Amino acid sequence: MILLSLVGVFFFGGLLAWLSEFVDVRLPRWVAMLSAVICAGLISRLVFMVDSGGVGLLGWVDEFEGSWIPSLGIDFFFAADGLTVLMLALTVLLGIVSIASAWDEIKERAGFFYFNLLWTLAGVVGVFTALDLFLFFFFWEVMLIPMYFIIAIWGHENRRYAATKFFIFTQVTGMMMLVSLLCLVYFHSLQFGEFSFNYNDLLRVDLPKSIDLWVMLGFFAAFATKLPSVPFHSWLPDAHSQAPTAGSVLLAGVLLKTGAYGLIRFTIPLFPQATALFAPIAMSLAVISILYCAKVALAQTDIKRLIAYTSVSHMGFVLLGIYAWNELGLQGAVMTMLAHGLSAAALFMLAGGLQHRIHTRDMREMSGFWIVAPKMAVVALFFSVAALGLPGLGNFVGEFLALLGAFSVSIPAAVIAVLGVIFASVYSLWVMQSVFQGPSLRQEGKDSTHEALLDLDRRELFFYGVMMIGLLWMGLYPQTFLDFSSGVIEDLVMSDDAAALYAREFSK
Amino acid sequence: MFESLGLLPTFPLLGFLTLFLAGGFLPRRMIGLIGAGSIGLSFLVALSIVMPFLSGDSEEVRHVVYTWLSVGNFESTFGLYLDGLTVVMILVITGVGFLIHLYSTGFMIDDPSFSRFFAIMNLFVASMLILVIADNLLLLYLGWEGVGLCSYLLIGFWYTDPENGYAARKAFVTTRVGDTSMAIGLFLLFTQLGTLDIQSLLVFAQDRWDIGSGFAIAATLLLLGGAVGKSAQLPLQTWLPDAMAGPTPISALIHAATMVTAGVYLIARMHPLFELAPNVQLLVALIGLATLLIAGFTAMTQHDIKRILAYSTISQIGYMFLGLGVGAWSASIFHLMTHAFFKALLFLGAGTVILSLHHEHDIFKMGGKWRQLPVAFASFMIGSLALAAFPFTSGYFSKDEILIGALAVEGVGLWLWLGGVVGAFFTGIYSFRLVFVVFFGESRGHHDEGEVTGLAMALPLFVLMVLALLGGFIHIPVDNVFSHGAALGAAHEEHSVSTFMHAVMIVVPLLGIGVSYLFYCAGVFSVSSLMKLPLAKTLHSFWYSGWGFDCLYKLLFISPFLWLSKVNRRDVVDTFYAGIVVLSVFGNAVSVRSQSGLLRWYILSIVIGIVLLVSLGAFL
Repeated sequence: MILLSLVGVFFFGGLLAWLSEFVDVRLPRWVAMLSAVICAGLISRLVFMVDSGGVGLLGWVDEFEGSWIPSLGIDFFFAADGLTVLMLALTVLLGIVSIASAWDEIKERAGFFYFNLLWTLAGVVGVFTALDLFLFFFFWEVMLIPMYFIIAIWGHENRRYAATKFFIFTQVTGMMMLVSLLCLVYFHSLQFGEFSFNYNDLLRVDLPKSIDLWVMLGFFAAFATKLPSVPFHSWLPDAHSQAPTAGSVLLAGVLLKTGAYGLIRFTIPLFPQATALFAPIAMSLAVISILYCAKVALAQTDIKRLIAYTSVSHMGFVLLGIYAWNELGLQGAVMTMLAHGLSAAALFMLAGGLQHRIHTRDMREMSGFWIVAPKMAVVALFFSVAALGLPGLGNFVGEFLALLGAFSVSIPAAVIAVLGVIFASVYSLWVMQSVFQGPSLRQEGKDSTHEALLDLDRRELFFYGVMMIGLLWMGLYPQTFLDFSSGVIEDLVMSDDAAALYAREFSK
Repeated sequence: MFESLGLLPTFPLLGFLTLFLAGGFLPRRMIGLIGAGSIGLSFLVALSIVMPFLSGDSEEVRHVVYTWLSVGNFESTFGLYLDGLTVVMILVITGVGFLIHLYSTGFMIDDPSFSRFFAIMNLFVASMLILVIADNLLLLYLGWEGVGLCSYLLIGFWYTDPENGYAARKAFVTTRVGDTSMAIGLFLLFTQLGTLDIQSLLVFAQDRWDIGSGFAIAATLLLLGGAVGKSAQLPLQTWLPDAMAGPTPISALIHAATMVTAGVYLIARMHPLFELAPNVQLLVALIGLATLLIAGFTAMTQHDIKRILAYSTISQIGYMFLGLGVGAWSASIFHLMTHAFFKALLFLGAGTVILSLHHEHDIFKMGGKWRQLPVAFASFMIGSLALAAFPFTSGYFSKDEILIGALAVEGVGLWLWLGGVVGAFFTGIYSFRLVFVVFFGESRGHHDEGEVTGLAMALPLFVLMVLALLGGFIHIPVDNVFSHGAALGAAHEEHSVSTFMHAVMIVVPLLGIGVSYLFYCAGVFSVSSLMKLPLAKTLHSFWYSGWGFDCLYKLLFISPFLWLSKVNRRDVVDTFYAGIVVLSVFGNAVSVRSQSGLLRWYILSIVIGIVLLVSLGAFL
């Protein structure tokens, strides 16, 4: 029931937030925050359920099943295991953070804004919990449309272009996934005599070799676009640079992770053989993403575009870890998702905060902000070094495990990918240099626009502080998080081996 | 009592946290007290821990604080390990570290970012301690990167000058190149041996790998990559001279006494692995030799007092690498310790000179300062004597041991020894060039300034003077760690070192000092007349630039990389999608035009269509 109420709270909270605008303009943000806090409470219950109960693949801690369209085998099937709970916790935490970041920034049509924000969250929660693939696809789309509005209405100068690009990329590849999904369901009905969209049923489908790879590619395209991976990444820099801060936080922190989640939950378990064939290509794409986007990031002058490219680069480690398909790699991917969720969200909040204060994202117009805003500088430094993979912070644990996992599968892939860590230090420190270090423009009297630059206030410090503690926790005692997903991942790796073995036996 | 091993990095860490969170509200005296006091407490803890070791009857100790991460068959702990080698390191780090912190309370007192300085310094000491007491390579890597970060933050401490920021980033990125190689080494060691715990890893390696096996060679080469980055050896030495942009005490602490010797520590810690790869070990010796000579040449040509010391540091670490490469493990660690004493002394002395002369760095604008700056003069005199290996100073004993170790190598031993002796000659020249130019002769500026000093700044100098003079008589308790290698070295020593060679090793540095005297003090020869020779001039500018490594790297790596990213700023992948957009806009324009509403166009296109279809049918 908890899972259904999670979706429900966000769904109705969104409607309520919209309506409350007509009572008082300041009300929607409180409604939104309240909904998110309620969800946080619900998730903390889930957390304890994982702690106390045994978990594993198909060993859900909580599930809900209700009939929807029985003739087509479509159900309301929600379920959660340890991996899901981690993702849900990240979603709600960043949901709260994004509401906080919009607190003062969004004044125009606030009710509709928070409606969209909460519905995006509802979509994300649905994506993470739906185990009926039709339902999953439904939420995949639900997540997209409110985000389109967030970018298109509250975005910056080039928002229409960015929003449309985001929509088309996601929609086209979403359609590919739908075709693949229908194909899968069709083969299920051939083999078992009935339609079913249920995840557990579809796992048993044995696709003919001739189309296995193509069906898998439909899923892969959708998830790799969301992740994103080269060559499907180019919507992301536009979407990020144009989106309002809250939109960027959700995009980088949560939406990208749905792609990785989809790969782990669906693409690989549903198509183990095709994945085995495809893994070298996926790992190459990961390595290219890591290096190529790190390089492109370095040349950007728009601070949000720069961070967007670094996001692609970091998600490359996730892709690498996933397709290494061993415990180390997968755990590394999950840790990177969590850690990058926090660090990228914080960096986008910082960039958004800067833009809110000085009305530009152009780094060439920034310099020496350390003197005027030392707290902001220290916070930025923290998240920059987190992004460059400093041991002791979460990103390092994730990237290290992902690389270690990849190394045991493909030495060249890991060795080339690890060069990305050098590039990461180049661009992270470059941002620090060009924004916070160097001569202060105000002191040299060259500048009047930057006088409005205020240091972080208490509300901002609190939320950055929470994220900093989160990253330190992940870096110094990652076991808390690893334990949540370890059961699931062990089962995934094992069952995949079993499937591969089964396939080999079968072909004889 | 060995649980208190964990206290060692705890005090500096608490100091860091206090200063980080509350530094803005504390008065300066309090900040100084916390900053230096935390290291002082750590030193006391270190003393209490190492007492049994100094008396020579203790074994190694392990203490696991908690399991850091455990995934599948991978496990890494926050585990601490103490043996003779660690004992030397923690004493140097906390002892010399405390003296430098004490000095800094005086040196930095007028800086507006006083508390930021001590916060990062404390964080540095904590990371450095973790580096040396880690029982596994992943935790060591945590300390390794932590000190790198602190080094970056402190080099760029005065961040308003973009040059300092550049130097800081150069240091961080260059060492990161080495760190990355080390990370790959960790991957390799784990996938092959199934653990990153140092002691079990060394045992497994000796069990499973033959001498000269491919895995041993690959693993040691990758670790060596990390070591040369951190320790500023060829080919990653270029960052250290620029790192002098930071405040002088950090040059003393990070870029002379502790962090830059982490590479030496790493190799010494992993020495059984290196013994499995004799070729790589020889490479270590050759890298050390090449570095010590190249840096020695360069040091003779520099004008900036701190850059001279920086190149001298590179050169002295070159000696340590030479020692490691020839298997004189304990001699290397001995030199690491004595070098920490006399180089910290020199840097802190340089700090006093620089502060007294209003941030003057150019030695040729000083001159005749011995009367004006007596404490600094005494520091430089003693420090330089030790640096030049003047008999019975600390540097003499340690360098002597390394060179004897070099002789013991079969085949190339004599050449390695000869190179080391030539390096000692240059050391004599450049160290006393600095002394003669700054403290003797005519004053060339800054006539009236008095010496900036105070108890906080003078006391560390006096203690270091004593250590630099007498540190050679300390016996370091590493015999158990390197038992195998030491026995080997001692056996060779009996046979191959003649009195003649001993004499050479004593006389050559003195010759260097003498040459320096003739050029820079007595004025018998003059550099300017030497510079009239075209060859000398070319050589001088070549050496002055640090043998052109910066230019080379700029040409090979930095410029192509910047060019590539500049060319592709707009992201070429995006042009593909933009192409689709252009194409569909074009298609739209074309189809819009076809919807002209003119009946005759529609009829014409229908007719053309029919004709085409019919003719197609006819062909088929």
